Amino acid sequence: MDKRIFGWRRWIGGALIFAASMMAGAANDPAAGSLPVAAAGGKAASTADHSKFKELQGPFKTGPEVTKACLACHNEAGHQVMKSVHWTWEAISPTTGKKLGKQHAANNFCGSILSNEPRCTSCHAGYDWKDKNYDFSNQNNVDCLACHDTTATYKKIATDAGHPLYEPREMPKGSGKIAQPPDLTKIAQAVGKPGRQNCGACHFNGGGGDAVKHGDLDTSLIKPAKQVDVHMSPDGANLSCADCHTFNAHQPSGSRYAATAKDTKGLDMKHEDHNRATCESCHDLRPHKNERLNNHANRVACQTCHIPEFARGGVATKTLWDWSTAGKRGADGKPLFIKDDHGHLSYSAEKGDFKYGENVRPTYKWYNGVVHQIGITDKIDDSKILELNRVEGSASDPNARIWPFKVMVGKQPYDPVNKTLVVNHVYGNDDTAFWGNFDYEKSIKAGMDYAELPYSGKFDFIETRMNWFITHMVAPKEDALRCSDCHTRAEDGRLAAITDIYMPGRDRNGWVDLLGGLAIIGAIGAGSIHGIARILTRRKGH
Amino acid sequence: MSENRIYIYKRYERFWHWSQALLIVIMMVTGFEIHGSYTLMGFKDAVDVHTFAAWTLLVIWAFTIFWQFTTGEWRQYIPSMKNVSAMILYYTVGIFKDMPHPFRKTTVQKHNPLQRLAYLALLAFISPLIWGSGLLYLFYGNWAQLGIDKMFSLETVALVHTAGAFMITAFFFIHVYLTTTGHTVFAHIKAMITGWEEIEDDHAPAAAEQGKRAHGKA
Repeated sequence: MDKRIFGWRRWIGGALIFAASMMAGAANDPAAGSLPVAAAGGKAASTADHSKFKELQGPFKTGPEVTKACLACHNEAGHQVMKSVHWTWEAISPTTGKKLGKQHAANNFCGSILSNEPRCTSCHAGYDWKDKNYDFSNQNNVDCLACHDTTATYKKIATDAGHPLYEPREMPKGSGKIAQPPDLTKIAQAVGKPGRQNCGACHFNGGGGDAVKHGDLDTSLIKPAKQVDVHMSPDGANLSCADCHTFNAHQPSGSRYAATAKDTKGLDMKHEDHNRATCESCHDLRPHKNERLNNHANRVACQTCHIPEFARGGVATKTLWDWSTAGKRGADGKPLFIKDDHGHLSYSAEKGDFKYGENVRPTYKWYNGVVHQIGITDKIDDSKILELNRVEGSASDPNARIWPFKVMVGKQPYDPVNKTLVVNHVYGNDDTAFWGNFDYEKSIKAGMDYAELPYSGKFDFIETRMNWFITHMVAPKEDALRCSDCHTRAEDGRLAAITDIYMPGRDRNGWVDLLGGLAIIGAIGAGSIHGIARILTRRKGH
Repeated sequence: MSENRIYIYKRYERFWHWSQALLIVIMMVTGFEIHGSYTLMGFKDAVDVHTFAAWTLLVIWAFTIFWQFTTGEWRQYIPSMKNVSAMILYYTVGIFKDMPHPFRKTTVQKHNPLQRLAYLALLAFISPLIWGSGLLYLFYGNWAQLGIDKMFSLETVALVHTAGAFMITAFFFIHVYLTTTGHTVFAHIKAMITGWEEIEDDHAPAAAEQGKRAHGKA
């Protein structure tokens, strides 16, 4: 009897606690049902005021001087950064085992870092990568400020191997405009968490300029309208890059070489793997009220419906880059530059022909996260268009989903004898750099010699394609694709090219339709004839 | 003439018939839109309406099956080859010569032998085809959970469903046409609305007789 009473008491107590916790939960969560975005937009208070540290009183004359001061306290940070892809520009693909990263992977934008270091490494998370003999083990060359500046005054200039300006300089040359160096001491005293300006300085400008490379990353994301990006808009979730691309010991999450094409874990808070770079990390696996839509997520990436177009922020992305036409001079003998109606370069003597796109409809492909990236030294098949990074996947692959891509069209130099791509020396103050001499003969030879790669001495141009999956610029849900964008017989249906699945509304069997159509016509026809015959015979009879 | 009429379709039966007719027409219209044959309300709305109509009809069917068995009306669907040839002869020859209909409806035998065969085909063949494939289609997202994802392909299910849709559409047109073959063009439809079937005077005795015989058998 006692036991039973105790049991009852416990039951009631439990119910009370449960009810109380429900109420407390409701009270603590005014936006119940919305996403758990903690410090959205607002800055989390820090426990340290860096401006008061005596180590940071400076004055600092160079970037490495600041770094030394940082590392005096943050004694693990340098080693951590030096392991990250932001420093090594090298990554081993976990799926193919291939050595990738900017140092090794070929692209159809600027080409190779080799022989062009001071220009390319303006986006290196370090200082002084001037040539191929760079010391990757010197932690004093780690650039802390590129990511941790909060004043938006720190700028790595385009041509100085990752350094900011240290002396006033006329930029561009001959313009009469004098650029002033940033105040490193002030910047060092105001360090904080990386914001979208920090990441964007390089990632919005990949490929050599705003919006050039990605299509879903450009300066419009610094303050986007909600229609452009629901996550980053001040009217939306107002997240910064690192809210999703979470870092652990300076290692970023989310990689093109090791993409999670299908997240089967869902919410990441409970997994604590510090990788919130998938939609499911926050939205979980079945976010729609409509189960039929949730079921789609098994085969269709969230991005496919929710990013109906890329380059939506008013900045055009480059869609075609044809190096084969570069080097032309105008009637005045000067290198030729032509701008289109929108003010974009459509031709550059330095780089060739360009095409751009805004509000571009993506190309859709199966993707299971495995990418077959061509390296600079790989043998290539020049009998057809060269796909520089073929993405793997098909309908029969359970790990693959249909993803949206920006497919960059390129035409670039290669060695038709050795069947490899080539290193083109474009940047430098010498008589071989293409951007000064406009002579492929010389510039490729110089690049290949510098890289110590075999070169036949002959070059030609090969058409290439490069796949950039689209994952940013998520649109408001009202702007997501409609069912009929894919479920249609129209030839321009979004998934018209994905033919290895049966899709209702698009696909049918010709025989079923023919025989079924005949059955219906037969039924109507027989009824009509029978009826007419009845009318005719009735007239006769009466 | 008014005294020569029989109450042949009970209230529930009429409700069932017309609600089913409406739902089937809705499903034909939305179904062929989902199939891609035309655009009317848009794919999403078509799917939603189609699904809702299907569930509604399933519920009505649940009641109807119950009704059929509690009332014994299910016997109306027992096929018989008897007099089938007479029916065929009537529809191919007799009807044009103003010959009398060889079958007289009674409350216990309201379907002529051809109807019995047609409805049985509908119930035993087309319905399972459509409902089976339709439910599989509806629960496509749960195939893996149900452990049947290796047994079917969406394409097969969709094609079977489409084939069934064509069949029932063809049936629909013939069915509607045959309603006009009563003693007046709208006699059958009127009967299905009011429940009362008017019996032509000159044939009334025969009907009564046949009704009696059928009654005796049942």
